Amino acid sequence: MKNVYMDHAAATPVRKQVIEAMLPYFDEHFGNPSTIYDMGSKIKQVIEEQRAKVAELIGAKAEEIIFTSSGAEANNLAVKGLALARQKKGKHIIISAIEHHSVLNSARFLERMDFEVTFLPVDEYGLVDPERLSIAMRPETILVSIMHANNEIGTIEPISELSAICRQKGVIFHTDAVATVGNIPVDVNELDVGLLTLSGVSLGAPKGIGALYFRDNLRLMPLIHGGIQEKGRRGGTENVPAIVGLGKASELAAKELSHKADHMRELRDLLVEGVRERIEQIKYTGHPNRRLPGHASFCIEAIEGEALLFMLNQEGIYANTGSACASKALKTSPVLVAIGIRPDLAQGSIVFTLNSSNRAEEIEYVLEKLPFAVQKLRSLSPIWRQKSAA
Amino acid sequence: MKFVEDIPSDDILDLVCRMCPLHLLEPGDKLRCLKTGQVLEVLTDYDGALEDIPNWCKKNGQEFLGMEEDDDCYKLYIRKTSEALPQTGWA
Repeated sequence: MKNVYMDHAAATPVRKQVIEAMLPYFDEHFGNPSTIYDMGSKIKQVIEEQRAKVAELIGAKAEEIIFTSSGAEANNLAVKGLALARQKKGKHIIISAIEHHSVLNSARFLERMDFEVTFLPVDEYGLVDPERLSIAMRPETILVSIMHANNEIGTIEPISELSAICRQKGVIFHTDAVATVGNIPVDVNELDVGLLTLSGVSLGAPKGIGALYFRDNLRLMPLIHGGIQEKGRRGGTENVPAIVGLGKASELAAKELSHKADHMRELRDLLVEGVRERIEQIKYTGHPNRRLPGHASFCIEAIEGEALLFMLNQEGIYANTGSACASKALKTSPVLVAIGIRPDLAQGSIVFTLNSSNRAEEIEYVLEKLPFAVQKLRSLSPIWRQKSAA
Repeated sequence: MKFVEDIPSDDILDLVCRMCPLHLLEPGDKLRCLKTGQVLEVLTDYDGALEDIPNWCKKNGQEFLGMEEDDDCYKLYIRKTSEALPQTGWA
C-alpha cells in the first residue's frame, strides 16, 4: 500500500535541514535567553537572527515580528490584543464569515465584552466584496480581519483592495496568512496590512510555533503577561528550538517560493481535471482561479466526507474534509454554508492540499482509488439510489 | 512628581499595554540613540512607572523633566544628560 499524503494544510513534515538546525538547541545550547550570562545572551542573539529571517520572508523588519506558540495564538493576539488596546477609540470589529475559528471565536469572545462584531458575508467563491466592507465600516470601527486565503476552499481574498479601504478610514487591517506564507509570495507592504499571522505548520517548521507581524509599533494588549520576552508583548520562556526551526524554514521557503507554486499548481490541476472526468455530480468549491496553488476542494453528492476519508486512509491516502472543528462536532462546515452549499452536499466535502513533495504518480494513484471509493459509498446510499432512479 | 505640559521631544517610546520591567529596560536603549541634551518622551499606562522612571533617571544620571496625563496614558519626559547608560544586554 502506498503512503500518499495530501493534507499539507493540516501539517507538513518538518524538513531535514530544519531538524538539523534545531537539534543543538535542545542540549548543547540550552540556555535561557533572558539570563545575563553568555550562555543566555548568545541564545538571545540566535532568536533575533531567526526573527530577521521570518521578517525577510514577508518583507517586514525584524522588530515587527512577535513569536507565538501557533497561528491560533497569533490570531488571538491580533484580534483581542488590538481590540483591547484600542477600545477607547471604538468597539466595532469586522471579520469575514469564513475566518478560522481562532479569529471567529476571538471576535465572539469580544462580543461578550460589549464589542460589536460584523460578520461580512462572502460570495459563492468565498470572496469578500470590498464594497460591502466599505458599507459595513463605521466611525467606531477599530479592526478588520480578513484571511489571506481560506484553507477549506482555497480562495485567495483581494487583501490589497480591502486593506486600502481600511487605510483610507484609519482602521487597522489584520490578515490570517497561515495558508499563504510559504506557498505564495506574501509581502506585508504590498498587501498593506497592519497585522499578519503566520504559522510554522505551513512552512515545514515544527508544530507549536507561529508569529504575528505588527506594523509601526502598534499597541497590542498582551494576552500572556510575563517578563521581558518579546519585549513584554508575549510572556513566557521562548521555545528556542522551535524558533530556530521557524527561522530555518522561512529561509528555505524564501528561496523556493517561485518554483514551488508552479509545481503544486500543475499537480493540482491534474488532480482536478482527473476527478471531474471520473466522478459525476461533484462540485469544485472555491474560486476557480484565485486560489492556493496546491489546493483542490470538492463537495461530492450523496456521500459522507468522513466515510470517504476513512476509505482513502485504508488505501494509504491522507486528505481532509476541510474543517476539523465542524467535522469532529458533526456540524456542517460554516465556510461551505457561507458560500451557499446545500447542507446535504456540504457533508460530502473533501479537501486535498499538496506541497512540493507530492509527485505526479501520487495524483494518478488518487485518481485510481478515489472514484472507486465514491462509487462504493454511493452504492450504500439511499439518497444516491433515489437520484439514480429519478 | 513634577507636572509639565507640551514638552517638545526628540523621540517617543511607546510602552502602553506593556508592563514591568520594560519601562526600566527600554528607555536606556532609546536614549543611547539620542544625543546629549535631547528629550525622550515615554508613553506608559503602567502606574509603577510613575515612581520607577524618576528613580531610574536619578540612578543613571539622566534628567527627569516631569510628566503629563493624556487620555489613555501617562507621558514622562527624560532629557539625556549622560552617556553612561546601563547595558541591559537584552535588546
